[in-house]
Amino acid sequence: MMALNRKDLLGLRGMTRAELEEILSTAEDMKSILLSDTKKASYLQGKSVVMLFYENSTRTRFSFEFAAKYLGAHTASVAVSSSSVAKGESLIDTGKTLQSMGVDVIVLRHPMSGAPHLLAKHVSASVINAGDGINEHPTQALLDMFTIRQKKGTLEGVKVAIIGDILHSRVARSNVWGLTTMGAEVRVAGPTTLMPPDIEKMGAKVFYRVEEAIKGADVVMGLRLQRERQQKGLLPSLREYTHLFGITQERMRLAKADALIMHPGPVNRGVEISSDLVDGEHSVINEQVTNGVAIRMALLYLLTRRNRDAVH
Amino acid sequence: MLCIKNGMVVDGISDVPYKADILIDKGKVIDIRENIEDAAEEVIDAAGKWVLPGLVDAHCHLREPGFEYKEDISSGTRSAAAGGFTSVACMANTNPVVDNGAMVNYIKSMAMVKGVVKVYPIAAVTKGQQGQELTEMRELKEAGAVALSDDGKPIMNPHLMKLALQYAKGLDMLIISHCEDLSLVGDGLMNEGYMSTVLGLKGITRAAEEVMVARDIILAEVLDAPIHIAHVSTKGSVELIRQAKRRGVKVTCETAPHYFSATDAWVDGYDTNAKVNPPLRTDEDVAAIKQGLKDGTIDIIATDHAPHHRDDKEVEYSLAANGISGFETAFSLAYTHLVETGVLSIQELVHKMSKGPADILKIDAGTIEIGKPADIIVVDLHRTYTVDVSKFYSKGKNSPFHGCTLKGKVMHTIVDGKVIMKNEKIIV
Ligand SMILES: [Zn+2]
Ligand SMILES: [Zn+2]
Repeated sequence: MMALNRKDLLGLRGMTRAELEEILSTAEDMKSILLSDTKKASYLQGKSVVMLFYENSTRTRFSFEFAAKYLGAHTASVAVSSSSVAKGESLIDTGKTLQSMGVDVIVLRHPMSGAPHLLAKHVSASVINAGDGINEHPTQALLDMFTIRQKKGTLEGVKVAIIGDILHSRVARSNVWGLTTMGAEVRVAGPTTLMPPDIEKMGAKVFYRVEEAIKGADVVMGLRLQRERQQKGLLPSLREYTHLFGITQERMRLAKADALIMHPGPVNRGVEISSDLVDGEHSVINEQVTNGVAIRMALLYLLTRRNRDAVH
Repeated sequence: MLCIKNGMVVDGISDVPYKADILIDKGKVIDIRENIEDAAEEVIDAAGKWVLPGLVDAHCHLREPGFEYKEDISSGTRSAAAGGFTSVACMANTNPVVDNGAMVNYIKSMAMVKGVVKVYPIAAVTKGQQGQELTEMRELKEAGAVALSDDGKPIMNPHLMKLALQYAKGLDMLIISHCEDLSLVGDGLMNEGYMSTVLGLKGITRAAEEVMVARDIILAEVLDAPIHIAHVSTKGSVELIRQAKRRGVKVTCETAPHYFSATDAWVDGYDTNAKVNPPLRTDEDVAAIKQGLKDGTIDIIATDHAPHHRDDKEVEYSLAANGISGFETAFSLAYTHLVETGVLSIQELVHKMSKGPADILKIDAGTIEIGKPADIIVVDLHRTYTVDVSKFYSKGKNSPFHGCTLKGKVMHTIVDGKVIMKNEKIIV
């Protein structure tokens, strides 16, 4: 079975359940390679993977780099400061240059929504979206889905509450697309000024009271709250946010007894989620990081599979 | 002499179309009747086709001077002619800005030298379109500016807008307002709604347009001064203008073809050719725009032709320039979406694209009449075709309508009795 037959991974919007299933099950195999002593496979032998990052994200970049290296690929990283985006070499030209150097996969992190889609149109190399603007962060959502499935055994009917700045969250968008496709129930909650319009049409249930969103949930996911939201007037203060939407021990009592605590990181301890929960027994935040590498190994494997099969 | 034979004529005055020949000599219409047997040197056979007044565009961007890589007066007026426009009013946001008499004269003389249709400059309301000091409106008027607008930018300061309306009223000049409250737009990139949520692009609330439409209506009402609202795109704006007209406010307005032919769903795939300001809205707005055109709330259709170079569009959506290259699809879009669907009759459409805009700008155009300049087009209303931007005469190939199948095609364009386009080919 070969459900995933794409050049690029741009987002989870429009992906089929079969495609998502294949990524998640491939990641199971990759996780065993990752947890083995040698951490070595040769699926990407002779392939080149470049991390093209227009935004700083050490954890995502390392995660992709390790994933590519464990599979035997050559890797390189290009960091471009976002201030130079407007005046510097165009994204398309940069992509074509990398391609001329023999790059097979470009992992792109970009502050503007749709940038990976633009790049993918102009290069024959595979493009993986490692986060674009406020649009999607598909590998993060996939690792979240993988983590939930490992813990709960299924995604079907699982109730996932995503709390915080939904408007600016690419993690939330990708999770809504992916989780609803897999049959989970996604609830989103946050201040009205940080809720995108008509998100319920994407399949999520919208709550403006955090208690209602958490009630009976199997998973509670916090999102990082940027301080600049307060400066832009979207929030009166972080303190008030924490008061209204902070994920606390007390509020977690409304969730199922075995509910998981998740967060894409980095965490603002005491703002969107209390410190004791981050380090508590229900937190799977560190496991999410491990699973992130497995998911990225799976994607690198699956996206380069077509070429590999064609060559041999 | 030139004779256009056997066409159905919409002359812009009569209530019903009629079959007639039109005889043209020395740039003017000299006879309109059936079976003109005069031996004209040149004959255009319009049998099965419609003969209309040349279209008048009250809002376009020709980009010269300063942005000739996007468009210039030569390419822009050829594009206009290809779209059936024989008179166009071009906005002042060039570089330098058209904010003094010399610049107005410069545009007019460049149009004389290399233009193929009539060009009427619109001059800026404020010096350098900086929104600080008023331009010398008397000088601009004497030089030939047909209206005043800072289009491309709103006049954010309500006090300055009040003074502009007041001063312009004293000179009997019309101000065209680009309504967009920039503080409400913020870093928005497309219409705020389901599609902006889906695409993860910051939304622009419709209130950004409507707040300023309301402000301008109130200012015009208080001052009893005329105002023309550019590119109306939302249901709310249509309703505000409808109510204002009922109260007798001297407000006129235009919409552009893309606001009744496309929606924000067209942005999907991050298509920068669908990036335009104001942004494409929703089905509900499209319906309201059509209703506004039908009941007369929206007086005219203007193209807001905004050509751009490939380099300005083939970039990240956030960085892409706003605008659609609109001359060459305007008539077909209007015919397909308004006449074919029964929103307007062909006469009503012709009025909204010729006599209507000519009257608002007070220019002598928009009718086919004996003794008047022969600005005439011949269109084939049965002709269905697929839009191909590579065939545009405009330098700007930026159209979201590339690949769309439309009905109604401009075949011939005549300006002052001279054939500019023959059988869809510009021949000058
Ligand atoms: Zn404008
Ligand atoms: Zn304009």
